[in-house]
Amino acid sequence: MNVGHALALAKKDWKRIVREPAFLFMIILFPVMLTVAFGTSFGAVGGSQATSFNLGIVAQGGNSTSSTQFYHELQATGVLKIVSYSDNGTAQSALSQGRLQAVVLLPASFDEAIQSFRAHPTEPSTWTNSTLSIYLDKGSALTVQVIPTMVTQVLDQGILGVKTTSQALPVSILAPSQVNVKGSTVFQSFAPGLFAFASIYMIMVVAQSFTGDRENGLLGRILVTPTTSADIVMGSVISYLAIGLIQALLVFACVYGLGYVPVGGPAALVVGFFVITVFAICNIGFGLITAAVAKSAGAATGISFVFLMPQLFLGTFVGTALSSTAQAAGRFLPAYYVTDALTSLWTRGAAVTSIAVLTDLAVVSVSSFAILLVGIQVFKMFGKD
Amino acid sequence: MQREISQAATAIAIENLTKDYGDVRAVDGLSLSISEAEVFGLLGPNGSGKTTTINCLTGILKPTSGKVMVGGFDVQTQGSEAREIMGVSPQETAVYSYLTGKENVELFGRLYSVPKRTLGPRVDYVLEKVGLTDEAGRRVSKYSGGMKRRVSIAMALVTDPKIVLLDEPTVGMDPQARRSVWDFVLELKDKCKTVVLTTHYMEEADELCDEVGIIDHGKLIELGSPSDLKDKYHARDLEDVFIQLTGRRIREGA
Repeated sequence: MNVGHALALAKKDWKRIVREPAFLFMIILFPVMLTVAFGTSFGAVGGSQATSFNLGIVAQGGNSTSSTQFYHELQATGVLKIVSYSDNGTAQSALSQGRLQAVVLLPASFDEAIQSFRAHPTEPSTWTNSTLSIYLDKGSALTVQVIPTMVTQVLDQGILGVKTTSQALPVSILAPSQVNVKGSTVFQSFAPGLFAFASIYMIMVVAQSFTGDRENGLLGRILVTPTTSADIVMGSVISYLAIGLIQALLVFACVYGLGYVPVGGPAALVVGFFVITVFAICNIGFGLITAAVAKSAGAATGISFVFLMPQLFLGTFVGTALSSTAQAAGRFLPAYYVTDALTSLWTRGAAVTSIAVLTDLAVVSVSSFAILLVGIQVFKMFGKD
Repeated sequence: MQREISQAATAIAIENLTKDYGDVRAVDGLSLSISEAEVFGLLGPNGSGKTTTINCLTGILKPTSGKVMVGGFDVQTQGSEAREIMGVSPQETAVYSYLTGKENVELFGRLYSVPKRTLGPRVDYVLEKVGLTDEAGRRVSKYSGGMKRRVSIAMALVTDPKIVLLDEPTVGMDPQARRSVWDFVLELKDKCKTVVLTTHYMEEADELCDEVGIIDHGKLIELGSPSDLKDKYHARDLEDVFIQLTGRRIREGA
């Protein structure tokens, strides 16, 4: 591979993005417009206020000191309207009828577990363990995103008085998180998914670029110079990695300006941007596969949706509102892990070395390079003529 | 018609070249030898196999059978070496519309690894030769068809190649532009470059070519210098020779 050739081709791609209105729109303007549209519609800008939720609480052991305190702490967040129920059946009925967004079931052992922890906070062997159940309105993306994290935060910090998630605790619940829920808006839960959402359209742009060059005889012309297929692909990778990073920075500037403030530090920001940038490689791979199948730039636009739509629906913020089956399907798509990594890093405040983040990073990296290699191979076999 | 291939001073040697597209035989056992410093015209009706032959010379098409040597390199097995010494202007006006004329030429200079210090002067030189100095800074999307064709030729020549393949180089050009391209081709000949061109303009072949090969249905049907062919067929010009050999029926095809 010749680096000089690859850089020359990357520079050429750059000029295309900047100079061709359709490409500039898809890669730069569209993500910015989309982010601003979501931000003003669902965020703090434009007068949208913090969302409130109706949360039902069922204390199976009856009212106790701990359950009452928990009740008040939740209410003190300012975004939860708490409704107490004496039995789970009534609460579930209210949930299914849409009067509640979530139900929290406090087991009979809840008070005992809290008291045992307070008595001997450093002696786990003396604790009574208890498991708290949460039932969510799965049709509400925000509820799915916010309620478990809010309940976890109140329980850990408000009731048990612990500051870190690494500490063993007597009460366990699903989806532990550290999100600062005060003033939370729909936009803040959507924001991490916007990055993958914006990047996905690169598939279409890459496919159109390659098929267009092939249609115009430019691809063939380059291949009769000393330039190799590897140089051409590397040129695309260089240019679209840079474009992916710039796209991410622009989207970040927009979401930040619209009120989304990542909770992680500089390391979380760096790793987050790294994940988004690596994801561009995956989109180049899908773009090459599309270009290999498509006979024209127009056809490439249509065929690119085969790769674009599943990732868009199952791997970005859209997926949080879908059924559990659809969400499970999302786990087969790289975009899901990009959104998950950004949510963990920037919304939940997970450490960059946490298992969740490292797993996401590994899946995005490995799958992106694998898809790129498949794309190169398929394009070499079917796409050059 | 066959011609014995000599190895001495041979720039291009084609031996029993055959290329099939499915059931269609585009080139049928073509053998040809083109000497160094020669301007060779490959003539033929539409669909006769000219462009397929050029594409086999560049290596972009793999022959069904036969062998193609360019500058002593087998195009199939030593493609990268062969491409280093070739400049190619294809039939379609393959230029980047969103780049300027100068940027297109510079890009191909870099793809041929022309050294940075010589690239700038070389780009300016070829743009001047094709008459685009004043328009070099404009985007190609604003160019006329003839101007795009001239940029395409400049892209092929920026590397100062030993062997130049020009597939219908003057299509769509006005007489002035065509003349400037002709002058450039003759200058290449003076510099001992080997030029292979295809054209439908017989006066162009007559003006520029030391030797022409007329192919039809993928076969070489005549070969010789324009003057020899005119004498042989008692023709006023090369077009008469061409019509006598290929007939008056209108052809369609690539």
